Amino acid sequence: MNVRLKFSVLLLALLGAGALHAQSELSYDTNSTFLKWPEHIYMGEPAGVAHNSKGHIFVYTRTGSVNVSTGSSRTFVRGGTRLFEFDQNGTYVREIGQDIYGFVWAENVRVDPQDNIWSVDSGSNMVIKFDPQGRIAMLFGRKPESVTVPTMPPESRPAANAFGGRGPGAGVLGDNFGSPADVAWDAAGNIFVADGHGSAGNARIAKFDKDGRFVKTWGSYGSGEGQFNTPHAIAVDAKGTVYVADRGNKRIQVFDNDGNFKTQYTGLGSPMAMCITPGPHQYLYASNSNDAGNYDNGEIYKLELDGTVVGKFGSAGKGPKQFGTVHAMDCQSENELYVGEVLNWRVQRVTLHPGGGRSAK
Amino acid sequence: MKRNLGICAFLLGGLLFSGIARGQNQVPPRPSAYATAPDIPFTSVPNFIKLPTGLYLGEGIGVASNSKGHFFVFTRSGRTRLFEFDRTGEFVREVGDGLYAFEMAHGVRVDPQDNIWVVDEGSNMIVEFNPQGRVIMTLGRKPEAGGGRIPATPANGTPPPPAQPYFFNRPTDLAWDPAGDIFVADGYGNSRVVKYDKNGMFVKAVGTKGKEPLQFDTPHTIAADAQGNVYVGDRGNRRIQVLDNDLNLKKIIDNVGAPWAICISPGPHQYLYASNSNPDTSDSRYFPVSGEIYKMELDGTVLGKFGTPGKLLGEFSTTHWIDCRHENELLISEITSWRVQKILLHPNAASPRASK
Repeated sequence: MNVRLKFSVLLLALLGAGALHAQSELSYDTNSTFLKWPEHIYMGEPAGVAHNSKGHIFVYTRTGSVNVSTGSSRTFVRGGTRLFEFDQNGTYVREIGQDIYGFVWAENVRVDPQDNIWSVDSGSNMVIKFDPQGRIAMLFGRKPESVTVPTMPPESRPAANAFGGRGPGAGVLGDNFGSPADVAWDAAGNIFVADGHGSAGNARIAKFDKDGRFVKTWGSYGSGEGQFNTPHAIAVDAKGTVYVADRGNKRIQVFDNDGNFKTQYTGLGSPMAMCITPGPHQYLYASNSNDAGNYDNGEIYKLELDGTVVGKFGSAGKGPKQFGTVHAMDCQSENELYVGEVLNWRVQRVTLHPGGGRSAK
Repeated sequence: MKRNLGICAFLLGGLLFSGIARGQNQVPPRPSAYATAPDIPFTSVPNFIKLPTGLYLGEGIGVASNSKGHFFVFTRSGRTRLFEFDRTGEFVREVGDGLYAFEMAHGVRVDPQDNIWVVDEGSNMIVEFNPQGRVIMTLGRKPEAGGGRIPATPANGTPPPPAQPYFFNRPTDLAWDPAGDIFVADGYGNSRVVKYDKNGMFVKAVGTKGKEPLQFDTPHTIAADAQGNVYVGDRGNRRIQVLDNDLNLKKIIDNVGAPWAICISPGPHQYLYASNSNPDTSDSRYFPVSGEIYKMELDGTVLGKFGTPGKLLGEFSTTHWIDCRHENELLISEITSWRVQKILLHPNAASPRASK
């Protein structure tokens, strides 16, 4: 027994020292019932999850139905998305932004260092900043007055804009978003919006100063350096470096604070959700989420900011410790993550066991 | 008298003929089992469901009871809603208020662990609630609503896109085998039966649209027996296809009309119920040839029938769902009457007992 155990340990050590170091499995557990929902509220698809400095958790979720109503000549939409707050123990606190004009199709929620809550909505094309009390503090973008019926051809893409020559998906020089996906800030409070989604949205990053004034935009639809195919998540490190999860191009692109391309990380699948940990030694987590139509992939990578893979964990599925299309990821600390899954209608609290060696079952 | 009958038959024949001549659907004949199936005496419990003031049922789409005798009604009310009642019909609570997957109710079933499963043909989702009424698993995914566009309704006759393992196209019903494997009738858009394991992972699918064996024309209702055989109500083809657990065809039952709703009772001796429902088109030509529910052995042997179409208590106005947890105590919901009836069968009674 002892001998066998020693042999196993030796084998593990040898394996660990070998070529597998870049893909080592990280040991982890999850709590999939951490959030306690009131009796008559149901989560739906948790598109975004974020924590504030008190450890409160915000969930921005697609729940209920988008309401469509007909005007004299146009069709209007409202509703279908809600924002909820829980405390650090997962106890329900309150709803924020009930029935507001800009909640149609949740994409993400993030909390800035001052505990303001930012929602990103690709149905209304709006980014909304709430103060910590839950009142609206600043707005970006404007909800289209009405929607198009019937559908525009799905592959049609907005042509190069009036400012000329910057390519399809580059948007206008301002905050008129096309299906935005995520928001992040640098240490100075500058705002970076990943904009946006799919075949009919924009494909760019828009930068604003802390007062909401437009600074610049970069990127267009494509696969070259600095181009995007659904920039779906964005994060900024303590030095102001910008990381963009370029989902459709299966890479993370890294830019300096002015949008100059620095490098890109590949081999991580299609990064759907991404977050950077706080603290002096920051890590980047990126989820290679499964498509809604299959249960391939699903693993989450832990990286050094320079792109070195520390390890990975998880796989696609419906059970505990599995992930059903992770759409939201929040890094509370290096080893505490919140993960929102749109297929499983749940938020799991993930606890990593660094140096654990064994994967907890 | 005889002459009058003859004239009536002539007139009726003329009406039917003119209907056909105008290109209307031909009204099918009585199911062949009708003539020989004995009538089962039954009663309907009056004023069975008690709703609080201000709460209304809409179309009675689905009804399913749990082990405690509580039952769940899935209804197309102002919006699609799921209500729970106790065994006496008193309202208990609403489950899933405002749920993301509630668009157009189609079915509800309760599994042996008392989890509640709903099938929604509007959102293309199946949602499993635990007995406390919280969501524990979903199958399929509602189409995304984002992007400032509303998809146009496809023109009539547009073929559906290819079926995919984890997406439904207007699913109708589901069932489980004893191992917990899940069988989904999918549905109006796709014409197939899909099997998942108990963890929701795809195993296999069979069926395309058509009339051949293992093809379907609206698989509308599905049930599994204790051996894991799967019974598919192939409504448009007016037959029940019986499949084994690996979805191979075993048998076709085609003498009991169009199976809108089927149900298999639990226990050591299981029975199969199938409703040849009066269609929801309110086409009165169907009144003489539909509306009855058959009780069968699992091998398809018809034991009896009961029911006629109509709006009164004890009549059936487009039966859409049957719950048969008890062999002689059925819950039946109807589309075109917004209600759930509790039906007591009295198979051994010479004349029906008075019901309470």
